[in-house]
Amino acid sequence: MKASFGRTGRNLARGAGRLRLLFLMRGTIRVYWRILVAGFRRQSAYLLAAFGGLVANTTFGLLKVAILFATVRAAGGELQGYDVALMSTYIWVSQGLLGSVNLFGRIDIADRIKDGDVAVDFLRPLDVQAAAITTEVGKSLFNLIPRGIPSVLIGGLVVGMALPDHPASYLLGAVSILLGIAISAATVYLVVAAPGFWLVETRGLQILYMVVSGFLAGLFVPIWIFPKWLEMLAQATPFPSMMMYPVDIISGRVDVTESLVLLAVQLAWLAGVGALGQVLTRAGRRHLEVQGG
Amino acid sequence: MADSLGARTRPYRAVLASRARSQRSYRASFAVDLASSMLVGVIELAEIWVLFHNVVELGGLEFSQILLVFGLADLCFSLADMTFGHCDNLPTYLRAGTLDVFYLRPQPLLLQLVTSDISLRRLARAAVGAVALVVGLTVNDIAWSPAHVLLLLVAIVSGYAMFAGMFVWAGGAQFFLVEGAETTNAFVYGGRYAATQPASVWNRPLWAVFGFFFPMAFTGFLPALWLLGVEAPLGLPDWVGWCAPVAAAWTWVMALVSWRLGVRHYQGGGG
Repeated sequence: MKASFGRTGRNLARGAGRLRLLFLMRGTIRVYWRILVAGFRRQSAYLLAAFGGLVANTTFGLLKVAILFATVRAAGGELQGYDVALMSTYIWVSQGLLGSVNLFGRIDIADRIKDGDVAVDFLRPLDVQAAAITTEVGKSLFNLIPRGIPSVLIGGLVVGMALPDHPASYLLGAVSILLGIAISAATVYLVVAAPGFWLVETRGLQILYMVVSGFLAGLFVPIWIFPKWLEMLAQATPFPSMMMYPVDIISGRVDVTESLVLLAVQLAWLAGVGALGQVLTRAGRRHLEVQGG
Repeated sequence: MADSLGARTRPYRAVLASRARSQRSYRASFAVDLASSMLVGVIELAEIWVLFHNVVELGGLEFSQILLVFGLADLCFSLADMTFGHCDNLPTYLRAGTLDVFYLRPQPLLLQLVTSDISLRRLARAAVGAVALVVGLTVNDIAWSPAHVLLLLVAIVSGYAMFAGMFVWAGGAQFFLVEGAETTNAFVYGGRYAATQPASVWNRPLWAVFGFFFPMAFTGFLPALWLLGVEAPLGLPDWVGWCAPVAAAWTWVMALVSWRLGVRHYQGGGG
C-alpha cells in the first residue's frame, strides 16, 4: 500500500514536471517569436534604405546578366548545366537574397559586445546568441518584401527566367532560404561578433568576412563553374549553404532528392556554427571586462 | 607664390600626416588591414578569372587582354578609394550631426572632408591592380610607341579622376538620401564592377549608364582597346580611348554640381 502510494506520488510529480517543461518551452518559443517580429518591424522603418538596396541589386543584376550571359553563349549556350534562362534565375534570385542573407558581416550585437552593453544582455533571462540571431533573421525576413521579391519580379519581367519543374521546389526552396538566412546570421555572429569578447577591433574580421563570403557563397559566379579545386574549397565552408544551395533548390537546378541532401547539409552547418557560437559566448561571458561605471 | 602655397596646404598636410601615422601605430591591426585589402583585389580578379576558366574569349577579349582592362580600372579605383573613399562616411556624419564641425573651420568643406583621412590599407589593393596592369602590358603584343606611353599615362590620370569624381558625386547625393546611401553604391561600386568587365558584352541601356553617363568604359576598357589595337564596339571611332580626359572632365562637372546642390540643401545637424 505504502509502496504503491509512493509510486503514484512519483508519477504525479513526474507528470507535473513534464507539464512545467511544456509551459517553459511554450514561453521560450513565444519570447523568440516576439524578438523575431520586433526585428521584422524594426527593419520596416528603413524603407528608403530598402529602396536604395533595390536600386543597387537591380543595377548589379543587369551587369551580371551581361557578363554571365556572354559567358554562357561563349561556351556554346550551355555551361555546367546552366543555359541562359537558368543563369537568369540564378542571377535574380541571388540578387534578391542579397538584402536578407548577411554577406556584409555587419551585426548589431557586435557593437554591443565591443562597447560592453552586452553585459546588460547577459542579465536578461534570454540566450544572448539566440536572441541576436533571431533579431537578425527577423530583419532579414522583412527585407524579402521590399528587396527580395521585387528583384525577382524585375528580373523575370525584364530579362525572363526559368521556373522549376516540380512544385515541391518552391516549398523546399522557401525552407532552404530560411535556413540560409539563419546560417549567415549565425556565422556572422561566430566570426565577427563573438571574437569581440577578446579583440578590441573586429572591423578587420568584418571586412575579411565580406570579401570571402560573397565569393564562396556564389554571389558573383555560381560555384559550379569554378575550377574543381575551388568548388571543393567553397563546399568545405558554410558559405554555399547561405546562398548557392537555396538558389539551386528554388530554381529547380537540382531535383527533389538532391534538394533534401542540400537541406541536410544546411541543417548540419547551422547546428555546427550555432554550437561553436554558443561555446564562444559562454567563454566570452567569463572573459568579459567592461570598463567604466 | 610657392611660399604661400606651402603655407596654405600646411593644415591639410598636418592632418594627413597624423592620419597616416595613426594607422601605422597599431602594427598588427595594420597588417591585418593590408592583408584583407589585398585579398579584396585578388578575389575581384578571381571573379573574372573563373569565367575565363570556362571560355577562351569574352566580348572579343582573351584573359591576358582583360588583365589590362582590370589592371587599369582597378588601380585607378583603388587609388581613388584611398584618397576619396571616405566621402562614403558622409551619411554617418550627417546622422550624428558631426559634419557641422567642418563648417567651423575657415577651409572649404569638400577639401576638408577629402583630406580628413587617407586609407593606407588600400595601397595593398592598388598593388594588385598595378601587378595586373604590368602583367597585362608585358604579356600582350603591344606595338609600343611614344603615343602608347602617353595614352597609358593619360588613362591612369583620367581613370583616377573619374573614380574620385564618382565618390564626390555620391557624397553630394548623400545630403538628400541620408538613409538611402546604397542607391549611390549602385553606381560607385557597381561602376567599379562594370569598369573591370569587357564592355563589349553590354547592351545599349548599360552603355548609356556605364558607358557614357557614368563613363566607366573610359577608365579601362576603351584605352586598353587602343593600346591593344582592337576595334571598338558599337561602331565607335578608333581614337575613342583618347577621350578619357573628356570623360573625366564630365564626371567632375557632375560631381561638383551634385556637391554644390547637396551643400546648399544641408540645414545643419540641429545641435
